[in-house]
Amino acid sequence: MRARNHSTDESTKGILIVVEGIDGSGKSTQLHLLDKWLRSKGLLVFTTEWNSSEVVKEITSKGKKKALLTPTTFSILHATDFADRYERNIAPLLRAGYIVLADRYVYTAFARDVVRGCSPHWVRKVYGFAAKPDITFYFQVPIDIAINRILVGRPKLKYYEAGMDLNLSNDPFESYRIFQAKIIDEYESMVEHEDFTVIDATQDIEQQQMTVRQKVLQVLPRTLANRVNGTTPVAPPQAVGLD
Amino acid sequence: MLVHRADPKPIEFYGEGIPNLKDAEIKGRLIVIEGPDGSGRSTQIQSIITKLESDGHAVVNTGLKRSELIGQGILEAKQKLPLGKKTLTLFYAADFVEQLEHKIIPALQAGYVVLADRYIYTLIARSIVRGLSSRWSHDLFGFAPKADLVFYLDVEPNELFHRVFQKYGSLDYYESGADIGLSDDLYESFIAYQQKMAREFSVMAKQYGMIRVDGNKPIPEVNVTLQEKIDSFLNSS
Repeated sequence: MRARNHSTDESTKGILIVVEGIDGSGKSTQLHLLDKWLRSKGLLVFTTEWNSSEVVKEITSKGKKKALLTPTTFSILHATDFADRYERNIAPLLRAGYIVLADRYVYTAFARDVVRGCSPHWVRKVYGFAAKPDITFYFQVPIDIAINRILVGRPKLKYYEAGMDLNLSNDPFESYRIFQAKIIDEYESMVEHEDFTVIDATQDIEQQQMTVRQKVLQVLPRTLANRVNGTTPVAPPQAVGLD
Repeated sequence: MLVHRADPKPIEFYGEGIPNLKDAEIKGRLIVIEGPDGSGRSTQIQSIITKLESDGHAVVNTGLKRSELIGQGILEAKQKLPLGKKTLTLFYAADFVEQLEHKIIPALQAGYVVLADRYIYTLIARSIVRGLSSRWSHDLFGFAPKADLVFYLDVEPNELFHRVFQKYGSLDYYESGADIGLSDDLYESFIAYQQKMAREFSVMAKQYGMIRVDGNKPIPEVNVTLQEKIDSFLNSS
């Protein structure tokens, strides 16, 4: 993946923070708490979620309902969704100096699409335009814990969510388990090469959040880190997020 | 006339191909007609289909922006919000791959002659002309099967302008390159855009073995050229 061109002026350079992990790893909760914290310190924060582009998501969900999507179509549609959010929000906001928080990023595609049979090289080429995150948290969790978190109070799994298109098993719950296990394997294979910061997602939520915040402080430019630490006064008026 | 039955052959892709189809065998043949709007593609394709069917070939006609699921979505999205360059390219790629998997490849496997009214080359050229990396654009479409025969209907931009205007009474926003700000003058923008597209096609011609056909000539004359080449290809394959 190509690295972003870092601006020479530190004050205009944004920071990209990514959380990755299987469903039920608790990553979204952690990102939510991180978002609240950074905003409370008056920083400019933008949060973006996987598969949430206004333009693309309707089409994707139509296709999912009809169970029409083959792996390559599925993969490119998610890439389209990502590109729309990237071109519309992520890239300009990073240029403008925002802290961009991404709930899933290209690594989700690298894991899921490859499990669906797409070529790992091709998927990486498709996402080749994406900036490398300043930090990627990978929430590592044993599959049983994650599955229990997801399945509590859920009588049913969705077709693609359960990986039913892969013909792993006729039982959605069994299929889901095999599918998630394969995704974990893909994530684990990326930890070193993609420079993941591994978080033990079996720990207490508060404990994880403390680790996350410490790591984030390390990648913030000095001016922002000082502000978070309270060594410079917070300047609330101009410092608001977009939403 | 006796239909020559094409021998089955393994499917070949430009790049990494499509999961589960890497070892597919195809009995059909893929013929592509490329060229800008107003180059006479659709007219030519209609006569070619008529001729091939009368010769006993089973023919499937396919084009861009036609898939059931996504084709309509692209039109709606364009109306809703302006799309970024990468998003637009990927959208077309998604639409295209859907047709590939649901229509083109099954037809090739079943032994049809697939006549494609444009193929990945137009999508690649549009992407490059809009400033995206040539490498990225080519790599993205690495899932596409290689075409057996590719024609490019080359028409002078000025001639194209007149044909498009006479046919539609106006210029298409994207086909005039109005989205990339080449000129405030729509005529100039159209000409400059078509020149850029033509340049990309001439670069690709070598890489993909395209046959350039002079589309400035009258329709019947162009038709004879195309039909001769197609017939001789189908009879020899």
